[in-house]
Amino acid sequence: MDTFLQQLINGLSLGAIYALIALGYTMVYGVLRLINFAHGDVYMLGAFAGYFIAEALNLDAHPSIFGAIVVTIGSMGACAVVGILIERFAYRPVRHHSRLTSLITAIGVSLLLEYGGQVVFGATPRFFPQMIRSQTYSLGGVQITNQSLLIIIVAVIVMFGLEFIVHRTRIGKAMRATSYNLAVAKLMGINTDFIIAFTFALGSALAAAGGVMVALAIPRIDPLMGLMTGLKAFVAAVLGGIGNIPGAMIGGVLIGLMETWLGATAYSTYRDAVAFSVLIVILLFRPSGIMGTSATEKV
Amino acid sequence: MRPSRKLVFIVLATAALLGLNQIFEHGFGNFQVNPYYARIINLIGINITLAVSLNLINGLAGQFSIGHAGFMAVGGYTATYLTVYHGERIAAAFGSTLHDGVGSSIAMIASLGAGALAAAIAGLMVGIPSLRLRGDYLAIVTLGFSEIIRVLILNIPSVGGATGFTDAIPITNFFWIFAVALLTIVIVRNIATSTFGRVLATIRGDEIAAEAIGINTTRYKVLAFVISAALAGVAGGLSGQLFANPLNPQNLNFVKSIEVIVMIVLGGIGSITGAALGATIVTILPEALRTFDQQFPGLRMVVYALLLVLLMIFRPQGLLGRRELGWRWLRVPNRTRIPVALTDATDAVQHTDGRPVDRRSMLGDEREDEDQ
Repeated sequence: MDTFLQQLINGLSLGAIYALIALGYTMVYGVLRLINFAHGDVYMLGAFAGYFIAEALNLDAHPSIFGAIVVTIGSMGACAVVGILIERFAYRPVRHHSRLTSLITAIGVSLLLEYGGQVVFGATPRFFPQMIRSQTYSLGGVQITNQSLLIIIVAVIVMFGLEFIVHRTRIGKAMRATSYNLAVAKLMGINTDFIIAFTFALGSALAAAGGVMVALAIPRIDPLMGLMTGLKAFVAAVLGGIGNIPGAMIGGVLIGLMETWLGATAYSTYRDAVAFSVLIVILLFRPSGIMGTSATEKV
Repeated sequence: MRPSRKLVFIVLATAALLGLNQIFEHGFGNFQVNPYYARIINLIGINITLAVSLNLINGLAGQFSIGHAGFMAVGGYTATYLTVYHGERIAAAFGSTLHDGVGSSIAMIASLGAGALAAAIAGLMVGIPSLRLRGDYLAIVTLGFSEIIRVLILNIPSVGGATGFTDAIPITNFFWIFAVALLTIVIVRNIATSTFGRVLATIRGDEIAAEAIGINTTRYKVLAFVISAALAGVAGGLSGQLFANPLNPQNLNFVKSIEVIVMIVLGGIGSITGAALGATIVTILPEALRTFDQQFPGLRMVVYALLLVLLMIFRPQGLLGRRELGWRWLRVPNRTRIPVALTDATDAVQHTDGRPVDRRSMLGDEREDEDQ
């Protein structure tokens, strides 16, 4: 029972990371119907931005909670700007082309960030400064580190925050309208370009938060770290029902749990295949995902 | 093409390839082919097969697969496995060994056949369930399948696991590579100009409309997918048994699939000669950038990525669009040219008042391919 609970906690903390990134995928897909392949790499940039800010503040020598908050917010801001730039210079010019064109552009941007990252940051992994001293709490035989706890708490807060923004604010209403029908939203006087840029900024900021959180728990960061994590987070978004915020959360946690569970068995080398196998099964039996609603295609 | 001309073409092509192969292997008089150039030329041939086969599914059928490396891996590993573990026995059955022309040719044909079959089965397994999905979802499922295949290969010790299939016996040569490339071009070109190709064009134009006029879209999409996978498998078999070019799961990942996509997108999605042109450029470009790459590692991939994005923004139809280069027989019918065979067939169709039906409308989708 204890090992089960322990796996549950480990899975939750891994799943919360996927969920944080999946939220960004889901928002962009919801508004633009575009798989933003570069999202996983924005998460990587978030970790690197955090690294450089932490280095500049010399947090390695003087760890502090306040410093960690500054690093997180700084990294989120930097990535929001990156997100806006990507949207403005890569996606906006191809928005009116076919979806295939957009998808290939997204793949191109993703490769650009990955290999551009290798050129700028170097391919060797770097070690993220320990801004928060690692502590392990023991609760009835179950161990949890403060970093894992932080990740789970942040993910939950972010999810509720997003739900609030999307369903309770004016800009959220504009986002939903844009998602429903871009052309009509424009006719209704919504500045759709601004809404789309805002969506990218928000999604990228969340990915950056995810990047910093992960770097706290697993301090090795490298330019290709976003590739696999990004793909799995996307799978999480599809699993939960793409475009659906609580769905992304559920999908992320499910994938995290399954990976942790398999990682503990003799088949741990098959871990990377889990997310994709789940994806295929889900798409075959319930293409709209767990929480998604299916739309009938019209001619 | 008339049957007699077909035969002449086959004989001439085989003779030319054999002659070139001789020059490649043994030189011509004092002239020896630089092994570095020979390697690049061989890689171009393999990439042409890959690109033209992917063009069948991405270009002609209008589906979007980003898992071509997976089929290449299935075919490549099957073929290489067959030669490594059973090659000598197959050659011995014909009274030969793997080290002479006859034995290695038989082993090559057997292994490529097995590779094609294995990849076709994989294509069927992926295609039947996933081709019910459309657009982005299909793309992500093909990506998922290729990743699953990669993880499976990593866990099979007899094919080298993570270190790659280094036991491979190098029996691939110039002749096989370009014979396969040529055959692939002919197959895809014939599909494009056949009824099957017209059906694919209709599906590409509007899938719902195609269904409405009674086309079993899933069946045709799966068929295209299986053929495309089989050809990719053959390319894998050639690649795995090329000298000093072992198959490695690390090289058969997402990035490899993207590389093939870049080839067909650069050449022009839907154009067969475009795919071949794209394959050539994408193979040569990194070599040309190699000195550049030594100073700044990774810059080569940055150039790739930048090229892809800029291409999409400024010329999403690629270099050739849907046009074809070269001789008339190679051309897929388009707005301006219709092959004789097709015009013969469509001449018979008339409106009730005796007017011939506009041929262009008979040919399905020939509008510029900007769906939406």
